Order: sequence, then structure tokens, then C-alpha cells
Amino acid sequence: MDLKDLYRDVIIDHNRKPRNFGRLEPADAHAEGVNPLCGDRLDLYVSLEGERLRDVRFEGKGCAISVASASLMTEALKGRTRADARRYFEEVHSLLTRPGFEPSFDLGKLAALSGVREFPARVKCASLCWHTLNAALARRTEPVSTE
Amino acid sequence: MSAPARQTREPPAAFDVERVRADFPILAREVNGYPLAYLDNAASSQRPLAVIEAEARYYEQTHANVHRGVHTLSQEATAAFEAVREKVRGFINAGSTREVIFTRGTTEAINLVAQSYARPRLMPGDEILISWLEHHSNIVPWQLVCEQTGAQLKVAPIDERGEIRFEQFERLLSPRTRLVALAHVSNSLGTVVPVRQFIAAAHARAVPVLLDGAQAVPHVAVDVRALDVDFYTFSAHKMYGPTGVGVLYGREALLEAMPPWQGGGDMIRSVRFEKSTYNVLPHKFEAGTPNIAGVVAFGAAIDYLLGLGLERVAAYEHELLEHATARLSAIPGVRLIGTARDKSALVSFVLEGVHPHDLGTILDAEGIAIRTGHHCAMPVMEFYGVPATARASLAFYNTHAEIGRLAAGIERARKVFA
Repeated sequence: MDLKDLYRDVIIDHNRKPRNFGRLEPADAHAEGVNPLCGDRLDLYVSLEGERLRDVRFEGKGCAISVASASLMTEALKGRTRADARRYFEEVHSLLTRPGFEPSFDLGKLAALSGVREFPARVKCASLCWHTLNAALARRTEPVSTE
Repeated sequence: MSAPARQTREPPAAFDVERVRADFPILAREVNGYPLAYLDNAASSQRPLAVIEAEARYYEQTHANVHRGVHTLSQEATAAFEAVREKVRGFINAGSTREVIFTRGTTEAINLVAQSYARPRLMPGDEILISWLEHHSNIVPWQLVCEQTGAQLKVAPIDERGEIRFEQFERLLSPRTRLVALAHVSNSLGTVVPVRQFIAAAHARAVPVLLDGAQAVPHVAVDVRALDVDFYTFSAHKMYGPTGVGVLYGREALLEAMPPWQGGGDMIRSVRFEKSTYNVLPHKFEAGTPNIAGVVAFGAAIDYLLGLGLERVAAYEHELLEHATARLSAIPGVRLIGTARDKSALVSFVLEGVHPHDLGTILDAEGIAIRTGHHCAMPVMEFYGVPATARASLAFYNTHAEIGRLAAGIERARKVFA
């Protein structure tokens, strides 16, 4: 167990300066993610252009892992299609939970999340934003939790 | 100079923490390559070998069901089980073993009072008064009973230090208040509530009082008769005993007038399809086979604590608290949450720029176990405007060196996120 693996420079950087942070008004899709045991919460906003996620933004409070994960996600998905978002979700989910998993395509900076799987208690922090995105795109209104 | 006089003038023997630590096998283990520093005692404490062995010995030599058989084992098991009831009675100075009910824990004890004492008495518009300090287990059972009866839950506020505002509490005691339920010691902030004052105010209006003593019993001597409290609840696992065992103390006259809560074996005298009659106290409230081994081991935990001496334990823990408070408040960016004038050995805090969960992970990597989160006290977190805190809660087997490791770990976390 190496902390350097969890708190990689990319994670620290995106926690300190989250990208695409803030409200999106009006948003075509919105969902709320809350992990009450941790105290992590975020609001996720998407504006759509046909099948494309024209803009993805978030705001909220949480630990470094949850904030950095949301920031990295918005950066990776902005401009991509719903189908891309689903593929990314599957890849990141495997990356976070399956030991030794090798992504089937280049995940870019999101690969920095691979260290999280050595810290099972923190997987829920990294995955909260992704489940929230799914809910937003599916237009589910119930708050999402990964606890 | 006579010998006894000299003895009283001598300071009590210094607390030999290393010797005490040797009684707890788990403290010898390593976590992530470091010696374990267990600073999460308010969530659950560890057990001394005497407790672990008492449970094993019971299963190896004595086990049978209690209060049933005429055979030897059943009689021995019953004797061992009931001997602990007497031990608990002495430990909290209850008047009678009829007033000592074994439960699964504090939570179940509070639910029992909510359902068996409060529910039949509450009318729409009646009130139950709690405080802002409460653990969820002293909030939600009352919310449930309020929903069931149309009664209302009133909440006495706290101040910035984390102390209940007594004048406000008094003002909230109304002609409709039917029960007061308060923490004796706050689990999230460590506030020791000056409960006598609150009990006296409630009793002046003929309102009975329940205390959640889960965090108090491991650290201070509790005398239910001196407190003049009506119901007192606590758990074994926070006082070096097993999980799944707790106690409800209730004034006999109140318990006598309450209907049974759960039905089943052991709580009945006779069962006919037309009507059953109930067993006497305390068995009326103990339906089903209890956690016999747990209760027996709980007895060993009480013996262990009393053997150490509660006053010596309290004095040493207070020393640890002062040391921890001084070390942590000297770290830039640390804000202590809860600064009551009378506190148990617990430090809740936030670190600027570092979420408590990240701090918890960083400390865990060095073998230091603290609690992070809302500590089952979300209203308290809301009061201080924080989503979560980090909490180091100390026991008599913790050391100054462990507090030093905690402080160093917090400094390191600051650097990771600086």
C-alpha cells in the first residue's frame, strides 16, 4: 500500500484546481450524488447537443479522490457522445475494482485513478461522480449514492 | 505519623500504560507495516485477554441455554449469566437486579424505552425533548415514536463550545413534555453534559429522563441513584467488552408499568392461545435466548475496568486529552470541533485544505486508526458547518507517543495537499 499511488500528482492537482467546476444553467441533465457517511456530495450538470455531451460541469464538496475524479471525468467526457460516456464508465469501473485491469483504450489522465483499487474504502469516492453522470443521462431524479 | 495517614497523602501509583497494553493482544499487531495506534475507541474499544478468555471458557466448559433446564450446565450458565446482572447492578449502583435489562446495545435499549414506555403514553401534541448533541440512536427512535403517536420532537440547542444551552433547554421543557432523552457524553464532540442539572430541571416538572451513557460508562463512574436518572443505557463494546451486549437500567416502578416490547420465550410465565401472562422483571423485557457468552464476557470487562480503578483511568485519560488538545491545536490549519469545558478523552477536528477522509487514509497508511465522517451525529456536523470531522478518541491504553505519531501524521497530510 503506497500513498503515492493514491495521491498521484494529477489527483492532487485536480483536487486543488478542479476543472469544469460550477453550475451549468440551464442544464439539459442534472443529478445529485451524495455519500452521507463520508460527507461527499456533488451536483452534476450536462448540456446536450443531440447525442453529444456539449458541456459537463460539477460543483460540490468532498475528499480529494471524489473531487479529482469528478474533475477528470468532466475533462474526459466534454464533447464526447453518450456511447463514449458509457464506454468510459465501464472502463473506469473496471479500473477501480479489478486488480491488474488493463484498459482497452487510452484513458488519458483518468488512468491516474488506478491507484484507488488498492484502497477499497475509497472506491466509492472515485465512483460517485460516474454513477451520478449515469443518473443524469438517464434522467433519474433520486440522489445517487455509492455507499 | 501513623501509616494510614501517610497512605492518604501519597499520590496514587503512576498509571503503568505499558503493563496495561500487554493485556490487549490486538495492540501488538502491525497495520501497514507500522505498530497499530488505535485511536477510534469511541466507535468501539478493544478487548483485554481476560474478556476474550472468559468468552472462550464459557463455550468450552459451561454453555447451555439459560433459565430452562434442570441439568447442570443450564444451571451453571444461568448462574454465570445472572451473576453478571448483579455485577452490572453494582457497577452502576442500581437498587435491584430487577432494574437491569440486558439488550443488544444502547440502541436497542433506547428503542425499548421509546416503544414500551413512550409509545403507549404519548398523545398528539405531546413532546419529547432531546438535544442537538445526540447520536442518531438517540434521535431516530424518538422520531419513529413521534410518527406513530403524533407527538413532537423538540431539540435543545448547543453553543459554539458544544455545550447544551441550559436556559434554552429549560425553556423547551413544557407542560406537554413527556420525556427528556440526553447524551451523558457526546460521541462526536466529547462534551460531558452536566446531567444532574438537566435531570433536576426535568424532575421539577415531573418529566422522566433517559440518558444515553454509551460514551460515559467507559470513562467515568456512573451511579444511577446519585444521578436520580429514570433510564440509563449503555453498551459493552465501548467499555472493553463484547459487541452485541448492552444494558437498560430503568427505575423499577417505571419498568413494572411498561408492557413487554418483544414477545417470545423467556419473557412469559404462561402461554395459552386465549392469553399469555408475562414474566417478572427483568425477564419480561428479555425475549428469546440472550447473548449469554457475551454477557459472561461483559462481566469480565467490568472486573477488568474495576481492577484498573475508574478514577485512575479517568485521570490518565484526562492527561492524554490535554496532551492531544495541546499538540493538535498547535498545528497550523487545525480547527478543534467541540471545546466544552468538561470533555471526555476525544478530539474532533478539521484540517484546512484536507478532507477528513483523505486524512484518515494517510494516517491509516502509518497504522494510525481514527474515525472520519459524521460520527452518526449529522445535526452536530451541520451546526459547525462541516460535512465531516476527523476524530481521535482515546482510551487508557493509548500513549503520549501515539498522540505524537498522530500529530506528525497530520503534519504530513498537510504537506501532501499543500
